[in-house]
Amino acid sequence: MPEAILEVRDLVKHFPVQVGVLFKRTIGHVKAVDGVSFDLARGETLGVVGESGCGKSTLAQVLMRLEKATSGTVRFEGRDIFGLAGQELRRLRRDIQIVLQDPYTSLNPRMTVGDLVGEPFEIHPDVAPKGERRRKVQELLDVVGLNPEHINRYPHQFSGGQRQRIGIARALALRPKVIICDEPVSALDVSVQAQVMNLLDTLQAEFDLSYVFIAHDLSVVRHLSDRVAVMYLGKVVEIGTDEQIYEHPTHPYTQALLSAVPVPDPELRGRREVIRLTGDVPSPVNPPSGCRFRTRCWKARDVCAQEEPALVDRLGHPSACHFAEEHPHVAVG
Amino acid sequence: MSAHDTVYDGSSGEFVPPQELAAAATEPLLQVLGLQVEFHTRDGVAKVLNGVSYHVDAGETVAVLGESGSGKSVTAQAIMGILDTPPAFVTGGSVKFKGEELLTATAERRRMVRGEGIAMIFQDALSALNPVFTVGFQIAEQLRGRRGLSRAEAKKGAIELLEQVKIPNAAGRFGEYPHQFSGGMRQRAMIAMSLALDPEVLIADEPTTALDVTVQAQIMDLLAEIQRERNMGMVLITHDLGVVAEVADRIAVMYAGRIVESGDARSIYAEPGHPYTIALLESLPRLDLKGQQLNTIKGLPPNLTDIPPGCPFNPRCRMAQDICREQVPESVALADGRSSACHFAGELMQRA
Repeated sequence: MPEAILEVRDLVKHFPVQVGVLFKRTIGHVKAVDGVSFDLARGETLGVVGESGCGKSTLAQVLMRLEKATSGTVRFEGRDIFGLAGQELRRLRRDIQIVLQDPYTSLNPRMTVGDLVGEPFEIHPDVAPKGERRRKVQELLDVVGLNPEHINRYPHQFSGGQRQRIGIARALALRPKVIICDEPVSALDVSVQAQVMNLLDTLQAEFDLSYVFIAHDLSVVRHLSDRVAVMYLGKVVEIGTDEQIYEHPTHPYTQALLSAVPVPDPELRGRREVIRLTGDVPSPVNPPSGCRFRTRCWKARDVCAQEEPALVDRLGHPSACHFAEEHPHVAVG
Repeated sequence: MSAHDTVYDGSSGEFVPPQELAAAATEPLLQVLGLQVEFHTRDGVAKVLNGVSYHVDAGETVAVLGESGSGKSVTAQAIMGILDTPPAFVTGGSVKFKGEELLTATAERRRMVRGEGIAMIFQDALSALNPVFTVGFQIAEQLRGRRGLSRAEAKKGAIELLEQVKIPNAAGRFGEYPHQFSGGMRQRAMIAMSLALDPEVLIADEPTTALDVTVQAQIMDLLAEIQRERNMGMVLITHDLGVVAEVADRIAVMYAGRIVESGDARSIYAEPGHPYTIALLESLPRLDLKGQQLNTIKGLPPNLTDIPPGCPFNPRCRMAQDICREQVPESVALADGRSSACHFAGELMQRA
């Protein structure tokens, strides 16, 4: 395994649920991220998939240090990011950047593209001295496939796909080592989505980037990822190479998730086994005891309610299920 | 291949308009013919629909496939008569429900058709439901207003509907508000609402786009089951090629306010007959192409206030020739009831 640029260990983020106006009482915690561990190698793409509410985006916020973790550590190049302050923290901010989901709300409508992409240089003047900034911004626009002449335009003059490119240019401005992509293509149409995915792919090779790629679309994640982590209710339930996860999933949730993805081929209609999960994801305030998936799982037995399955190697890669086994005929085309 | 040749006669220039084909068949349940809609905006007149034609029969699912801004939802709103006028104006075409023209019908008649004849479910259930009334009240309201049921009878009817869409503890859920429902439950409640007056056609406008895949599968199953039981015609509006492949009998592909290709689902996926459909299918991430660059459609959909002359897809099309920049391609009838609005549809089909 190559050197890890980001090491995440037992990361926990709980948000308190408070009642009362003047005297706030904490009546519980939303366990958004509850013990997540993984390594991100240099130049690697780790896909994170899961349904809404499983803690994917909170994970992104914590990795960016936009939220402080409740417990656990995140080490970037061997240094704990929660122990940094002042100059060191500022330095870290250069190295980890984020691309957000919604290109319509993540760009300030009153700023020009030049201001948006150049703003990081205001905070980190050592990257680009004042005189060079305009040229640097134009270079960045060129890199992400936008016309450098459009530097004085406003976000509303661009389409969704182009705005996402602006977001990517902004993330690239400080030459980061890690980019966290939080659902970067889910707001885009299929044809434009493919353009942005190609761009992310090219940039990775060109700038030697490592990606944490968060998405709910399993085929998008598979296309870009080297390894994939599947999350359910704040926990990673299965992690492995894309082949292990997509061809040989052993966790029932991963299997259900994969089988539920509609395959764009009418010939397969009715011939594919689809595992239908019943019900909704339970509340993260009060997750089920033992295995969190047991309330929707067809394999659940008594032991699942009593004992939480650990994320350990079962059948070749880590899977958090007491009854991990391969299930035939589940694969995404 | 010979079957194609006998039907398609592009070389002699004899194009058979799809209207004639449709008219020859028996009257469809719902038929849209040459529908044109304009939006009058500050930036000028946006030609949002430029002659949209499709039909639905009882018991079949027609998927309307297209990217945002292609006019899928506007067509549905024009059928339902819920377009905001202004800015939207229907400038031509017809919408026939069981042979009856709806566009010229009185407001009262249209109101009667809405709900009883044609019902619609929307993408975002949270904004489609009224947050200040209970879910049960909103379903029972229709039964009281349109069927003249008493409060108690309507409540009973609404609970039955909630049970039909498999909401657990329907009687208890009757008195809850939309915000107390999860996303999937809300979508179920909206389906229950649309079924209240026993519609013959259900228009589902991106019913699962806002939902997670496991919930999406539940909702699509539910819709298929209800459709089978009631033998409803269904128009499924979506941009998800996977969902279409799973449920559609026929597909109509829209681009810039036109149907560019239509036909049965299997043959369109197997051999698409329009460059846009081909490009759309190729731009999907696929297993065997992992690690490679995806095929993309260059450029962007046209600005509807300024649609390019000729074929609206020509600036993005790999096959575009001079004729594409000059003449708007007519819809060409191909084999097996398919049609494609491309000058080179015949060549494309032969190539496949």
